[in-house]
Amino acid sequence: MDNTIASTNALDAQPLMPHETAAHEHEEHGHVFVPQHRHHFETEEQQREAGSFGMWLFLLTEIMFFGGLFFAYLLYRNWYYPAFAVASNQLSVPLGGTNTAILITSGFFMALGVWAAEVRKRKMLVVTLIFTTLFGMAFIGIKYDEYHEKWEKHHIPGAQFDVSDFVNPAANGITDEQPLAPDMAQHTQIFFFLYFAMTGMHALHMIIGLCLLFWLTWRAYKGDFSSGYVAPIENFGLYWHFVDIIWLFLFPLLYLINRHPLH
Amino acid sequence: MHISPVLWQFLIKWLHASALFPPEASTIAPSMDALYFFLLLLTVIGLLLVGGLIFGFSLRYRRSRNPVATQIEGSTLMEATWTIIPLALFLVCFVWGALLYFRIYNPPANSMNIYIVGKQWMWKAEHPGGQHEIDSLHIPIGRPIQLTMISQDVFHSFSIPDFRVKREVIPGRYTTVWFNATDVGTYHLFCTQYCGTQHSGMIGEVTAMTPGDYEKWAQQSTSGMSLAQNGERLYASMGCNACHNGSATARGPNLAGVYGSKLTLTNGSQVLVNEAYLRDAILNPSQHVTAGFAPIMPTYQGQISEDGLIDLVEYIKTLQTNYRVQQTQVTSQSNQAAPITPEMVKP
Amino acid sequence: MSTAAYSSNTIVLLPDQATAKIPKKNYINAEHGLLSWLLTGDHKRIAMLYLISITFFFFIGGAFAGMIRLELLTPQPDLVSSDTYNKFFTMHGIIMVFLFLVPSVPATLGNFLMPIMLGAKDLAFPKINLLSWYLYVVGGVLILAALVLGGVDTGWTFTTPLSTHYLNTHVITAAMAIFVAGFSSIFTGLNFIVTIHRMRAPGMTWFRMPLFVWSHYAASILMVLGTPVLAITLVLVALERAFGIGVFDPTKGGDPLLFQHLFWFYSHPAVYIMILPGMGVISEVISTFSRKRVFGYTAVAFSSVAIALFGFFVWAHHMFIMGVSNYSALVFSLLTMLVAVPSAIKIFNWSFTLQKGSITFETPMLYAFGFMGLFTIGGLTGVFLGSLGMDIHLTETYFIVAHFHFVMVGGMLMAFLSGVHFWWPKMTGRMYPESLSKLAAVTTFIGFNLTFLPQFILGYLGMPRRYHAYPPEFQVLNVLSTAGATVLGIGYMLPLLYLGWSLKYGEIAGNNPWQATGLEWQIQSPPLTENFVEIPIVDYEAYDYEWLAKKQKEQVTTVG
Repeated sequence: MDNTIASTNALDAQPLMPHETAAHEHEEHGHVFVPQHRHHFETEEQQREAGSFGMWLFLLTEIMFFGGLFFAYLLYRNWYYPAFAVASNQLSVPLGGTNTAILITSGFFMALGVWAAEVRKRKMLVVTLIFTTLFGMAFIGIKYDEYHEKWEKHHIPGAQFDVSDFVNPAANGITDEQPLAPDMAQHTQIFFFLYFAMTGMHALHMIIGLCLLFWLTWRAYKGDFSSGYVAPIENFGLYWHFVDIIWLFLFPLLYLINRHPLH
Repeated sequence: MHISPVLWQFLIKWLHASALFPPEASTIAPSMDALYFFLLLLTVIGLLLVGGLIFGFSLRYRRSRNPVATQIEGSTLMEATWTIIPLALFLVCFVWGALLYFRIYNPPANSMNIYIVGKQWMWKAEHPGGQHEIDSLHIPIGRPIQLTMISQDVFHSFSIPDFRVKREVIPGRYTTVWFNATDVGTYHLFCTQYCGTQHSGMIGEVTAMTPGDYEKWAQQSTSGMSLAQNGERLYASMGCNACHNGSATARGPNLAGVYGSKLTLTNGSQVLVNEAYLRDAILNPSQHVTAGFAPIMPTYQGQISEDGLIDLVEYIKTLQTNYRVQQTQVTSQSNQAAPITPEMVKP
Repeated sequence: MSTAAYSSNTIVLLPDQATAKIPKKNYINAEHGLLSWLLTGDHKRIAMLYLISITFFFFIGGAFAGMIRLELLTPQPDLVSSDTYNKFFTMHGIIMVFLFLVPSVPATLGNFLMPIMLGAKDLAFPKINLLSWYLYVVGGVLILAALVLGGVDTGWTFTTPLSTHYLNTHVITAAMAIFVAGFSSIFTGLNFIVTIHRMRAPGMTWFRMPLFVWSHYAASILMVLGTPVLAITLVLVALERAFGIGVFDPTKGGDPLLFQHLFWFYSHPAVYIMILPGMGVISEVISTFSRKRVFGYTAVAFSSVAIALFGFFVWAHHMFIMGVSNYSALVFSLLTMLVAVPSAIKIFNWSFTLQKGSITFETPMLYAFGFMGLFTIGGLTGVFLGSLGMDIHLTETYFIVAHFHFVMVGGMLMAFLSGVHFWWPKMTGRMYPESLSKLAAVTTFIGFNLTFLPQFILGYLGMPRRYHAYPPEFQVLNVLSTAGATVLGIGYMLPLLYLGWSLKYGEIAGNNPWQATGLEWQIQSPPLTENFVEIPIVDYEAYDYEWLAKKQKEQVTTVG
């Protein structure tokens, strides 16, 4: 390869000669590489493992990312428990519960999709991906509905925030809550801020996931993932399940604080 | 210190004269400087050691003198040595530093308390007798002085380098530091936490005086009303005694003697009533409800400035007897009560 | 074989310049055109892209430093307005920390060398590597945007509530710039970790890897785990600023100390992200120019990981005087003392590598010596600050400024320059001019000490940091510092000039001008795009000079 170099220096006379001949010829393993094999990987196994490891690492960074929000939640719930409890009661458990079920179902379809890719069933893969997407979109739809309700009730933190629901619940038609002292009522704003920040960040991750799902469904339809190359489906599955798990923490922490009348 | 005091004084004076070292103007300064010189000694020794090794080995084993290197894997003994010895030295620094820290941030019980309010970009000092200063602090020498500090806006930091004290001044809660000045003179006061445009203008002078001079200064500088007296007027004008009137059927707990006591709250916890608690109770009453009372106290967040809060806290500290509480009631109902000056209440 | 190769003053061994040529096929000329560079997956090209961009930002950050020192020549605030001065030190800090120091060695030398050192053809995720660079560029462009729009004056630490409610400069733009640049860092770290775990050549066990790789592994752990926390913190600051919410605002029930905890939870590990790769460089350089294996390889490897681990548990030592409880202050001070120990271990291991070595003093070695001395001072002054009581007097003064410039500039920047010079022949195929580079190294060293030693004194005297004006008695020390900065600036300009010059006129280096061990030196300079003609099988330890000597002898006999 380097014979063209005019080398008088013994050290670069030849490229590195390993002590044994490398045994990584394709023929030797009887291995046929899929078209998506990347040349810097020696084997497909290596590529797959690297991809999977990379995705797990990325999810670890996401845990740290959400972790900051969870830490803030921990602190303020501890400081302002009454405000958090009352504000949490403003969230709809039926809607949140439905969303939880929807997301779990979506995750179920995703898992089915991964299996379908592995056993090379193209049609099934496409169908499961479509259902994953549909359920994911349903989740976002319900979320939008919830956010809209908050907007109407002036529970979005900032200039429009209105504490009257908490200071004087009876006057606003809320019969099962005790009124909060005004200074504690102000702290409901922090709850709602964390609510929007955490579910909003979660929703953002879901929307990104949905965009990826559109792309993956299209490629699955073309048959890219039903002939042995399953890494994108597997790794996306990991991501999707992670987003699901985040929600499984958010739901009880945000929706289920003290779900019985305050004493 | 194991260094003779004479030598020590000489060293300090010489360093100070060369403008490379600050004067020692408080009781804690020598302790701080002692730790500093110990750390400096460690650094110099460490540097000489590393420098010596580098130079020594470079000279002895330079290529012209040692053309062939000897491959050495390592030595567990040496690793252990230079792990344990530095660790031990660092732990000495830790213990010494921790002791010093606790000394500086735990004021003695008999300290004279001065309030400091920091705001962009000035320092306000408030003496209990009602003396107010801006960017200036007059104190007597030979007496422990505690500073109770709070910010009205952003983070600041109150620093008197010559006393070797510094503490962050933050919004939302009191921080304290104490010192005992030893030498008459004027000393720099700096804000050391970046706080915006005029951060480097938020400086002042600390004037340490003999106790006699301090008394004279205090007489001349008082506005006539002590902090507690201001607090009494504020207490009346904000309507505090509507609930805290000391009668048996009052809606709010009696504040006579509350400062320094241990209070049981409605959630069962026990708190020591200090300045920070009183301030918090005024601003976030629903989290500080005394056992046996309803959570009906309104919050005064946004209605009282930090200066006003300091006045109120000082006033409450002076309430020793029920009689005193009743007296305030009379004062507030009398149409001869002094009018409220606008600057005491923040709009 | 010419005996001149073993001259007493240097180990440099170059091919005969009359006949030597850059290899016909290498990663630089493998493809042509701007797009082939902007859309490359080749880790070496990406490293070069990074080198150009971080150099660009380094000089911008340096210009701000120059302005700061210029203003501080006089005690009065007479050069620029206070707001402008505040913008100077903010932009200096943001650019130097996030756009220079954090990516410096990992994104340039790490990207270039890691796969080769491991015997791989590329990093695990080349496309993500390229994405990292683009994220860096976007972050940089956003910072420039913030600058052009009027600048930011929060300080690089974005202290709330100043940054959220009391300033009307472009805080959100700057915060988002750092957010984006942070993801650049995360992806680089992610790439490194997967590569190290999964793409080592056959026979390359963990303990046969060069220490350069170990230190990058440790730094990557920090990048991956710490940076996301900074990201969410900046998002919270931006949201609070945009919507007036009170997460960090005490008048609305928030806690400004929460910001401090979240911010420093990343920003302390960040300093280890910045220094660890530099320490990796020093290991390689000291070993090569002493012709021996690093003393205590295992200890040095483990101490890198120990620094990464302990580094996560000391963040509140930036908050000792801020009203944290006395007892938490105790815990963090103790842990800070613990984290200082692995660094001490490394310094001693490097020092004893010199013993019984065969030492020469080429430029990379000079920078490495400078690193060791200056990092010792910087690190030990860190112990001053970790000692609670001492910190009360020293914190927030110029002592802190001197401390971190000693470790970051005297330490990290010197290590970076050491590495750039050391691997310049590998990356470009050309040698830099040795005498000029030695001059630059010495100039830098002198200039650095003159700039920052007076600042220790200023700090003890009580001069606060971030001060636009100061009491007149501090002037002499400030003038000394500014004089030093001028010399330092010259020291940094020189490499820019002669390294650029060397691209065209430098001597041809050949594949191993330093006669070093390490897989990168066994391939051509500049390397092929795929690095290796055949993936090597590694059955020898790192820094195996006996293996090297044998190999050279073998080569000699086969060539005859």
